[in-house]
Amino acid sequence: MTEQIHDVRLHVNGSVHEVQVPARRLLSDALRHDCGLTGTHVGCEHGVCGACTVLVDGRPMRSCLMLAVSAVDAEITTVEGLTEADGTAQGRLSPVQQAFSDCHGLQCGFCTPGFLTTITAGLRETPDPSEDEAREMIAGNLCRCTGYQNIVKSVLRAAEIQAGIESDGGVDA
Amino acid sequence: MKPAPFAYQRPSTLEEALTALAGEPGAKVLAGGQSLVPLLSMRLAAPSMLIDINALPDLGHVSVDVTGVRIGALARHAEVPASAEAAESQPLLALALSHVAHPTIRNRGTTVGSLVHADAAAEMPMVLRLLEGSVDVASVRGRRTIPAAEMFAGPLESTLAHDEIAVEAYFPALRTGGGVAFEEIARRHGDYAMVGVAALVSCDGDEVTSARLGYVSVSDVPTVVDVTDAVREEGGDPVAAALAELEPAEDIHASADYRAHLVKVLTTRVLAAAIDDARARAGRVTSR
Repeated sequence: MTEQIHDVRLHVNGSVHEVQVPARRLLSDALRHDCGLTGTHVGCEHGVCGACTVLVDGRPMRSCLMLAVSAVDAEITTVEGLTEADGTAQGRLSPVQQAFSDCHGLQCGFCTPGFLTTITAGLRETPDPSEDEAREMIAGNLCRCTGYQNIVKSVLRAAEIQAGIESDGGVDA
Repeated sequence: MKPAPFAYQRPSTLEEALTALAGEPGAKVLAGGQSLVPLLSMRLAAPSMLIDINALPDLGHVSVDVTGVRIGALARHAEVPASAEAAESQPLLALALSHVAHPTIRNRGTTVGSLVHADAAAEMPMVLRLLEGSVDVASVRGRRTIPAAEMFAGPLESTLAHDEIAVEAYFPALRTGGGVAFEEIARRHGDYAMVGVAALVSCDGDEVTSARLGYVSVSDVPTVVDVTDAVREEGGDPVAAALAELEPAEDIHASADYRAHLVKVLTTRVLAAAIDDARARAGRVTSR
């Protein structure tokens, strides 16, 4: 059987990607292989680990539990889209990325893209989380290196950085 | 860990979707996909076609009237507790939904989809049974309403015919004098419960006039037990009455004995909490 190929227009990080994929192409694979955005990592591929989490219309979702053909109407943000433009090629780290760097919130880094997207959305809903709320925010993401302590610190630090930007318009570093 | 090939349709009207479904015996409906896509990836399911209903209009509602809460087939789990009116009408919905997987899954997964998936380890099928709600389904042959008591046939098996799409679920409002509670124990918050229990009680003043309990992950279908008599009788034992109707099973997460123990502990807790809830609500009404 020849598999039917669908023309799919994905909106990722503000750019349009025209890709040709079979219906069974997972969104995670389409992002990595068809769009070349390999920042989204694929861990368990059945929705448990959270490494592939991306923002779909601003809300965190598992890209391994979505089909690329079904994501046509959505605005998708991957970890590559979190960096803020500052005129340089690589851009400036977002508050959550900066906090992970400050607090040693990653070791091997495999799970990190999923944490960064999840926390970015989480801080929009809960801008000033308690430690318990920070743990709740990341409960759906697995990390096998850090023991989570520094990730919880990173959530709290990201909230501080974000609050600093909002109050004085610059990164409080 | 990749799905087997399948054909794909993304209809823009319900009629198109129903016609496509009726014409393809191996087709499955895709809504949130949070249970279906893992089944595809693990190749536990290999439908010949997926009919993606995400582009259909008018199915994303969470609407509330005096009778209760109506949830459309495309309303995501997260949208139900986000509705203050829904939480006011039937507080058990938000209590139970906070235990459905993780927030990330609840942003995509649909409540109606979870009912059709009919997993006895899932919260919402049990809640539908406990509240005696119903599911409206459509097919090219017409529409019908399936009462909760007739919705679940077996493990992961609902009574929808192959050509039917569930379009709306109805969860009745909490009546005057009513109280609810929900608690579950899982290895990790958001994982499937080893045991989950919900209680729905009615009180008239200090007197409990009815008490029913719903169980998650205890049997292979969502199970509801009426313990009204045991609660009302002098020296009655609601926990024993509930256990007499249940056969806790063993799996890799918990032995049968441990499950029975959890049933005992959680039944006692949620029954007391639901009675407290009913009294607190009645107190709020009279003090208004």
